Amino acid sequence: MWQLRVPCNCHAYALRLDLPHSTGRTVRDVHVPDGFINAPVSVAAGAVAVAGVAVALRGARRELDDRTAPLAGLTAAFVFAAQMLNFPVASGTSGHLLGGTLAAILVGPYTGVLCVSVVLLMQGLLFADGGLTALGVNIVNMALVTVLVGYGLFRLLLRVLPKSPASVAGASFTAAVVSVPCSAAVFTLVYAVGGTTDVSVGKVAAAMIGVHVLIGIGEALITAVTVSSVLAVRPDLVYGARDLVKPLELRRTGTRDGAPGGTPDRASGPAGDARTPEGPEPSGASA
Amino acid sequence: MTTKTTAGRPVKRSTKRFFAAFLLVSLVLAGIVSYYASSSPDGLEKVAADKGIDSKEKDHSLKDSPFSDYGVKGVDDSRLSGGLAGVVGVGAVLLVGGGLFWVVRRRGGTPEHGRDGAQGSAPAREPAGSEDA
Repeated sequence: MWQLRVPCNCHAYALRLDLPHSTGRTVRDVHVPDGFINAPVSVAAGAVAVAGVAVALRGARRELDDRTAPLAGLTAAFVFAAQMLNFPVASGTSGHLLGGTLAAILVGPYTGVLCVSVVLLMQGLLFADGGLTALGVNIVNMALVTVLVGYGLFRLLLRVLPKSPASVAGASFTAAVVSVPCSAAVFTLVYAVGGTTDVSVGKVAAAMIGVHVLIGIGEALITAVTVSSVLAVRPDLVYGARDLVKPLELRRTGTRDGAPGGTPDRASGPAGDARTPEGPEPSGASA
Repeated sequence: MTTKTTAGRPVKRSTKRFFAAFLLVSLVLAGIVSYYASSSPDGLEKVAADKGIDSKEKDHSLKDSPFSDYGVKGVDDSRLSGGLAGVVGVGAVLLVGGGLFWVVRRRGGTPEHGRDGAQGSAPAREPAGSEDA
């Protein structure tokens, strides 16, 4: 009897909690639509976006290899999924992850720009979210600005903080929390130059930055929790924290490099690299 | 390469398992949890409506696409419609993004070597690889 009642209450409570802020109908995840920004400024933003993506494509080559390329694809998919999860920030207002800081920390800044850009492109093409003529504006605001600010601040903080997982979490949080209002500020700037409507820029700036400070807290929580989770399970897969795992890699590469350089009898190079389980595994393990 | 083992196989498998878990989390978030997301307007939309920025907003040119507004046209159940759209989106982003990253990636190193090499000793190998990216 008791055991029956407890789950029932939980369920009812959960339902009641969910109802107020979810009609369940539309996941509104609205980026800058068509018609907010005039054509010349949209084109200019598009040119900046193209240039940014081109630089990112070049730089990403250094960040991506056979193992990190799939991780980057999965990170983009995760950012897409997380962007669907609008969370309430104030009365009648919600926010969602932008994801630039998160992607940059996980897979590198250049690849991070590409991750968010791919998400924005697919949202515009598949889900009619974010105007196609505003794609440049959206890439500038949500991919370029968030990665530049977020990842820049993250690396800066890690330089002064002690090398520990807690520092990585703290730096992720701070970087993400700052990146969102910066994105809002840049939108305001774009609006000031090319807005199609005649609204006081001061009012837009105050409202945009104000609400995005709150959204930034949500962004920061998601970013810090995600980065910390991956760091806990696979520290070697967090690009932004690769300094943390370096001592460990040095020790390992040290033993491995020692083998070919030292004794010729261990020059089972390819086999040693491939590390087939039937191969000379015991000798490697004993080192 | 990782903290765990010295043999290649287990390390590789654990990376695959991590990737699978990561994908599963994304699918669950987009396919199931998204139903419970707030449907209030987001920051930009709210400010735009309050201040009147949106008076000249135009309809999206693809607003009649089969997945527009994160639903699947023809599926009436909103939970199913939104969930399917989320799963489709995760798949599409993974395919396009993953494909792009796979094409762009640095070649020439074995997967085992990739990350180790990236720490500094890789460039020696890089020019030898094909530059067909």
